[in-house]
Parts: sequence; C-alpha cells; structure tokens
Amino acid sequence: MNATIAVTSSLPDAGQLRALESESIHIIREGIAEFDRPALLFSGGKDSIVMLHLAVKAMAPAGLPIPIVHIDTGHNFPEVIEYRDNTVERLGLELVVGSVPDAIASGRIPESSDRGGSRNRLQTPVLLDTIREHDFGAMYGGARRDEERSRAKERVYSFRDEFGQWDPKNQRPELWNLFNGFIHPGQHIRVFPISNWTELDIWQYISDQNLELPSIYYAHEREVFERDGMLMAVSDFVTPGPGETVSVQSVRFRTVGDMTVTGAVPSTATTLDHVIAEIAATRTSERGASRADDRTSEAAMEDRKREGYF
Amino acid sequence: MELLRIATAGSVDDGKSTLIGRLLYDSKAIYDDVLESAEEVSKRQSGEYFNLALLTDGLRAEREQGITIDVAYRYFSTPKRKFILADTPGHVQYTRNMVTGASTADLALIIIDARNGVVEQSRRHAVIASLLGIRHMAVCVNKMDLVNYDYGTFASIRDEFQGLLDNLNVNDARFFPISALEGDNVVTDSDRMPWYSDGPLLSYLEDFDTDRDLKERPLRLPVQYVVRPLRQEFHDYRSYAGTIADGVVRVGQEVEILPSRKVSHIAAIETPDGEAQEASAQTAVSIRLTDDFDVSRGDMISAVVDSPRTTQTFDATVCWMSDSTELRQGTMLRIKHTTRTAKAMITGLDCEIDINTLSPVSGCASLGLNDIGRVSIRTSAPLVCDDYNYNRTTGSFILIDESTNETVAAGMIGSPAFGDFSIG
Repeated sequence: MNATIAVTSSLPDAGQLRALESESIHIIREGIAEFDRPALLFSGGKDSIVMLHLAVKAMAPAGLPIPIVHIDTGHNFPEVIEYRDNTVERLGLELVVGSVPDAIASGRIPESSDRGGSRNRLQTPVLLDTIREHDFGAMYGGARRDEERSRAKERVYSFRDEFGQWDPKNQRPELWNLFNGFIHPGQHIRVFPISNWTELDIWQYISDQNLELPSIYYAHEREVFERDGMLMAVSDFVTPGPGETVSVQSVRFRTVGDMTVTGAVPSTATTLDHVIAEIAATRTSERGASRADDRTSEAAMEDRKREGYF
Repeated sequence: MELLRIATAGSVDDGKSTLIGRLLYDSKAIYDDVLESAEEVSKRQSGEYFNLALLTDGLRAEREQGITIDVAYRYFSTPKRKFILADTPGHVQYTRNMVTGASTADLALIIIDARNGVVEQSRRHAVIASLLGIRHMAVCVNKMDLVNYDYGTFASIRDEFQGLLDNLNVNDARFFPISALEGDNVVTDSDRMPWYSDGPLLSYLEDFDTDRDLKERPLRLPVQYVVRPLRQEFHDYRSYAGTIADGVVRVGQEVEILPSRKVSHIAAIETPDGEAQEASAQTAVSIRLTDDFDVSRGDMISAVVDSPRTTQTFDATVCWMSDSTELRQGTMLRIKHTTRTAKAMITGLDCEIDINTLSPVSGCASLGLNDIGRVSIRTSAPLVCDDYNYNRTTGSFILIDESTNETVAAGMIGSPAFGDFSIG
C-alpha cells in the first residue's frame, strides 16, 4: 500500500486517521445496505463535509445513491450556500431542502421569539417534517461525541420514535460493530458515522485529504461586534443593539450554523496548517467559543436532542 | 502507533472519575470553559469540593442523581497516541453497560482502592473484560496516599489479583501503584514510592502494543454491500464492499465465497486511499473477483485454508440485556452476525454463570437482565463464523426482539477463554 506509506510520512498519526476513516465507511455502508430511504444531513459545515466525503468513498466508484438534506434557517452565511450548491453540482447529488422560512410563511410554525431572532430551535420541526414527508428511514448526521457531554452518551445508531424524540435513558445497547437498525413505520434512526472523531481529527483529515471548505473557516476581515462574550458578524439578520460597537477584525469561524447563533473567533490563520495549530493550542471548546445555542443552560443540547434536534 | 481503545468501569468512590479527569485534563482533552462550567455547578451543588464526575456524567438524570447510568465515550490524545475510553458504571445492575464498553476495547483499565483491596466489583470487571476477549489489563491500585505509599499493601493486592487473572487466561497485566488525586504515577513518575520504577500509567498506555498480529492470519471479509455503478464507463463493474475482519487480502489471492463454497481469485482491491495490492484487517475495502459469481450481502469472502465454519447450530455465551423479557429455551429472536441477519431459536439454556464466582448457577430456567449464561442456538440461515476467542468480529452476534426491535442480548460463539463450564 504505497499510498498509505506516503501519507504516513506527512502526517504523524495518519494510521489513526485511517482507522477512524475505515470505521466511518463501515457504518455508512451498513446504513445504505440496510435502510429504506436513508439520507445525509448536510449543513456545509466541516463535519458534514467530512461525512459526505467519507460517504462518497464508501460507495466509490458508484455515485452516492442517497439524497443530501439541508435544513435551511434562511439565516445562512452566503459563502456556505455557495459551497453547498457547488458540492451538489460537482458530485451530481440530489439535494432536499427543508426550509424554515417556508414553514414560517405557510403558518406551520411561528417566527422565533428567541433573543436575536435565532431560528435554531425552529430547525427541529422542519427537520421532522422533512423526514416524514420523504419517509426517510435513516438520517446520517455529522455529530461527534467529543462535542458535548450528552452527545458523548449517544449511540452511533440513535433511535427516534414516531415523534422524532430521543430517549437518552432508554437507548439500545450497541456492541462491536453490530448495529440494530430495525424500526417500525414512522420511526427513524439517526446514524452518526463520525461519532469517534474529535475536532482535531476532523481538521487533520481535511488537511490529509486536501478538502475544500467554505471560506469563512479561514481568517478574513469582517464587521463584528461583541455580544454575550462572543464575536457576532454583522449581517441582514444580526445587527448591533444599543451599546454594541462594530469594528472590523480578522476572524474565522470554528463552527458553521445559523448566522444568529454562530460566533467568530479572532484569528489570523489563513491556511489549514495555521488553523490546525490554533485549534491544537486553544483552551476553549468549539461550542463554548462559538455557539450561543449551547450556552442557554447546562443541559441545552440534551433538551434540544430529546425534541428531535440534530 | 495505533489508536488505543480502553474500557474502564467503576464508581465515583473508587477514584475512577478522578483518574479519568486527570488523564483528560493533563492531556488537554478538557477545555477551560467546560471545566469552569463544571466547577460552577459543583460549587452550587456541594459548595465545597470540585466534583470531577460532573465532567464525565453527560445526562441530566446522571448529574441530578450523582450516578453514572450509561456508557460514555471519552477522547484524549498525547503527541504519541489517540485514545478512546469507554467509561461505564461498575455496579452489578450495569453489567450490560460494562459488556457494551468492553466489546470494542483492546485494554481494560481496572481500579482498585488500596484501602479495600480486591473487592467483588474489581473481580467482576476483570471477568467481564476477559469474557469479552480483552487480553490486556492495566490495574491501578489507587489511593496509595491513604496507605502511606506502602509497598506491602500494593504487593499483596497485586499478587491476589494476578492469581485471578491467571485463572481468567489474561496473558498480560501491568500493575500501577497510583494516587489519582495527588497525581502519583499517573502522568508523571512519583518520588514517594522509590520501590516502584516501572513508569507511570500514561507512558504505558502510550507505548502499549495492541499486538494485533493479523498479518499472517487467514482472510475474513464479510460482504456488506455490492457496488454497481450505473454508468457507461463502469459497464459490468461489480465490487464487494466490506471491512476486513481478519488477515490480509492480496491481489491474485485464491479465496472462497461462503456459504456457497465457490472458489475465485482477487482481481483488484480498492481502499479508502485508492487502488492497492494488499490490505489488512480493519480496513474498509471493496474488492473485485476474477469470476462473475453471485455474491451478496451476508456472504463471507475467506481464505481457502483455515476457512470459517458454516453452520446453523452453535453454542454461545450470552449476556441478556432486556429488563422487560427473559431468555428461555424455545425463545425466538432475530440474530445479527457480521453482515447477515436471520431468525434464531434458543434450543437450550445450559446454565447461568455467576459473574462473581465464575461457577454455574444450578437449576436455571431463564436469563433476566444482566444475567450471563451458556446457550445453544439454531438459526434459519447458515452463519459463517469463528469462535469468539479466535476472532471478535466473526464470533460475535446480537439478538433482537422481533416485536419491539430492541437489542436484547450480546453473544459470543464458543466457550469463554477461561474454559468451559460444567453443565448443571
């Protein structure tokens, strides 16, 4: 395996990335082989980019036989939507969009009353509607167990009942690499192929595989202001309130979500190597640094996941 | 270095959380904001000491009740190696969680309180680890600070536990006198125990050789998926995707397709890195054959010598995991083994095994939640399998309730490594 040897010399722990890569491909193949109508959640963030890349490898040289699903809050970074559309075209994928603005316009759900107009929680009903409408039996998600402590307890195959709910105290035991995907009509499974990857693994793999990312992951100059200890980007959806002063800073984003909840971090890292060096040195978690949605309460993520969130 | 998967079990009071907390914090796997938020909650709850378990207990119910309910996976890495740690509660009512955590581990981390010596829980943890095929253990004799760093205390615990491990057929155990609280022999050497000079726990974990010596073992490749690109340039292309469970696959190699017993040769190998001449165990590959046979999901591509068994009846050790149903003779279930799913009938329940004493429980008519027993099984379709002691992937299975779809048991084909039991 000459290719492996070449990679090992450039990256000290390539062997460990290879192990994670094979494990993820195994999980993806299991799901595609066993489920009726699986689909892959794609946000345009780094984790879903890695997951999609692994799914394409899992099926090669055939194309990906399942659609990708984007739950669109309408508060997107334009760079991410552009990236999504380019990816769909490049890989010849089928894209399903679950639209929060459409659901609000049709009266299906009310507009957010959260501070700052975050539509984060509104994604859950739209996601569940999309799953029902297309009768998806499984949704691949790019969640990682190192992200957050309730996720550390979640199975690779995570069962959802007819209401899309996760019951953390009543999860199916999961042993070896044997996954139980049996469900009754109306239920579905969330499949998390990159459960065992850490943030740093994701970045090293992006570097190893030379994957293209939306430009906002790299340092760029942007108008920002500080809110609740986070740097928010000024946009059509996020405007400074009284006492919040705007300045132009060199920033990058560590996660990609709804513009109203995603904070930037000060950075001058314009290359992958610089980004990796910054992340290896940081003492703040990616959710702590850049996600207002997880700061609401001690169990914010667990509560949202119980309702059917990603 | 390979990624190392570790299983650990225990309760808050034996210092497990402190030890894990230290490994995570010293390897910078815990970020400052996560630590600060745990410290805040800790102050609010007890007002006094910092409760490291708050870092590891992920669910609201666990934090509220101060107990660990479920398996949690922790990730930390040093410049040398990446670790995945399956952290499970140690009480007998959580045997199924311990079994789950141990199923994917290369090494078991066992913690013994130096003041209490070898207790039932440490024995149980060792038995389960051994049952699940873990042949390597790191045994930490913790709270050495509370026994004045006394060599005699350490040595007597070590000797007693080594005796147990010999009976369990565990061929590699290392003992560490530590204080997780004070940090002795965890990440750095301790100068308070001059009688010990074999290095700290973390150095051992970093250098530990998983010795997965699979290079010359015969091939096992369960077929997961048949890849057929519907494009002109791949006309007639068909490859078989799967993860190599054992051995090595090479281009030109003669292989057998099971259960059909047809023989063919490997024409090409596709790895995640692209086309290759060979690939080894744990790699997700897709291979092409020189012959155009009908091969489908659930089949096994195997070496022609030392090929696996094809059978519809076998004996196994099972751990029952359901709290709402029981296993009895005649119970009908679904079985998932490698990439094959079939129906299974329990044709015999030989005995229950007492997990603390390893002796068979007499007069056993059923297995309930957390019970471990020896059973005979017949399946509706042939399984291509090995004994669990030979290979964990081709020797393991799960049982699924056909009406609720719950996973109700974990099973291991053949006898446990520590010998067969008398049939009671």
